Amino acid sequence: MHSNPAASGQASWGLKLAAWAGLLFLHFPILIIFAYAFNTEDAAFSFPPQGFTLKWFSVTFARADVLEAIKLSLQIACVATLIAMFLGTLAAAALYRRDFFGKEGISLMLILPIALPGIVTGIALLSAFKTLGIEPGMFTIIVGHATFCVVIVYNNVIARFRRTSYSLIEASMDLGADGWQTFRYIILPNLGSALLAGGMLAFALSFDEIIVTTFTAGHERTLPLWLLNQLSRPRDVPVTNVVAMLVMLVTMLPILAAYYLTRGGESVAGSGGK
Amino acid sequence: MDHSPNARAPLHNTGPLHRLSSLLYRKPNLYLALLLIPPLLWFGGVYFGSLLTLLWQGLYTFNDFSMTVTPTLTLANLAALFQPANYDIILRTLAMALAVSLASALLAFPIAYYMARHTQGKTKAFFYIAVMMPMWASYIVKAYAWTLLLAKGGVAQWFVDQFGLTAVLQLILGIPGVGGSTLSTSHLGRFLVFVYIWLPFMILPIQAALERLPPSLLQASADLGARPWQTFVQVTLPLSIPGIAAGSIFTFSLTLGDFIVPQLVGPPGFFIGSMVYVQQGAIGNMPMAAAFTLVPIVLVACYLAIVKRLGAFDAL
Repeated sequence: MHSNPAASGQASWGLKLAAWAGLLFLHFPILIIFAYAFNTEDAAFSFPPQGFTLKWFSVTFARADVLEAIKLSLQIACVATLIAMFLGTLAAAALYRRDFFGKEGISLMLILPIALPGIVTGIALLSAFKTLGIEPGMFTIIVGHATFCVVIVYNNVIARFRRTSYSLIEASMDLGADGWQTFRYIILPNLGSALLAGGMLAFALSFDEIIVTTFTAGHERTLPLWLLNQLSRPRDVPVTNVVAMLVMLVTMLPILAAYYLTRGGESVAGSGGK
Repeated sequence: MDHSPNARAPLHNTGPLHRLSSLLYRKPNLYLALLLIPPLLWFGGVYFGSLLTLLWQGLYTFNDFSMTVTPTLTLANLAALFQPANYDIILRTLAMALAVSLASALLAFPIAYYMARHTQGKTKAFFYIAVMMPMWASYIVKAYAWTLLLAKGGVAQWFVDQFGLTAVLQLILGIPGVGGSTLSTSHLGRFLVFVYIWLPFMILPIQAALERLPPSLLQASADLGARPWQTFVQVTLPLSIPGIAAGSIFTFSLTLGDFIVPQLVGPPGFFIGSMVYVQQGAIGNMPMAAAFTLVPIVLVACYLAIVKRLGAFDAL
């Protein structure tokens, strides 16, 4: 982070208050989810919470439907992430340095699945699967997730590529390494953490996705679909609360990890210090 | 390329990998093509193939009596979009998307401004993570949290009661077009949930735009005699427009296609997303659902054309 000359002026208390109040607004509903997971009450959601218990955790983990949904979501997220890492890295490697006809179009194409509303992607995939006679299920969910996860990996990897000085690669070649060795010993170690960060973000995105999944799931029930279904079952509130907290954790923790893996983004690797 | 092997890195200068990588190095176009083929196949085949299938199906005929789809081409589905009932759905969704974008911009600006201009080092990192975490936190759980917050006897009502604001809330809920019978079945409630969920998508682009604003411009403005308020209105704000426009792409597009939040919070009445969902699922009228997905596609395309002129794409 650079020091910011314009930041020397003191913020007015009104601005300070608005900024911190905004942060509180962003985090309050999340804190509520964490509080209710430990609530003793078993039916309604009155406030403030009635008491503290860990009972619902054991109840939740004894539920076969919860475990099955978790397992399915983990499997889907893993496979979709691997596909996205493969395709995203290839696209980033192709686009980061060379200019060629259609380059803009390709980068737009990669962004399109998350720029268009998810419902468009979802129903488009469903209509194609139906036309081809493919029964919706785990395979179709994975195809959908991989499609919109590619851009996440692509963004992370291409940012790292751009920060990696090309002279590193030239130096490696000059010292007698061939293309494969340069890739193995120079490019890959440099990309590693960005690739991992992109993969984790893609995992979190896939684990949580519901709009596209609604259309491509068929009879399968991923964890977010299970949660949505729970919302119409008020008697099951404690179990819903515990699962909600777990999903929150699975989607939030990768952000912290990805941040620590890719921070220090200002300096260019191999540019001789900055 | 055939120099003597380096002592540290194990070299395989004669293996097939070496020959392959040398070939690719000498033929950069082949290398580029090999890199591009897998992603192009996936996106061209899976994604564009699906989109085209969808648009094509929008021209198929749906028989209301037998509830079946026949591949006879017709423009009836597209024409049906302009029926008053469907027109209402489109307008309702569009109004919500615009209101949510506007409110998000107003709420996001102070946070983004404070982040960009008044924090450094650790505090800046803290704010950044504190905005990123709710942005990535599970969408469905955030929506669920709001059903808990807005429920009868829930958190929102507790706060309203504690501060003695019941009368004020009733007054607001009484406004037609904004209110509803309770907070969780009102337009206001739905609006709050949307703003909450998409707010971080607005904060980060504005913060990035303000971060790029050169401090020398502000100093020049002050040197030329502008008061801080004048500098803000005439320098800072215009230069942050691309960031606001970039953020609004997300808030607009995401609200436009949503069908989960309208289903969980707010008064009855379809959104574009819910209409697509119901046409496809409960009714089985895929052609009408396909025609309806044209609406968000066209609206987003128009919106992108507008914000492109505001410089949104340079601020993404």
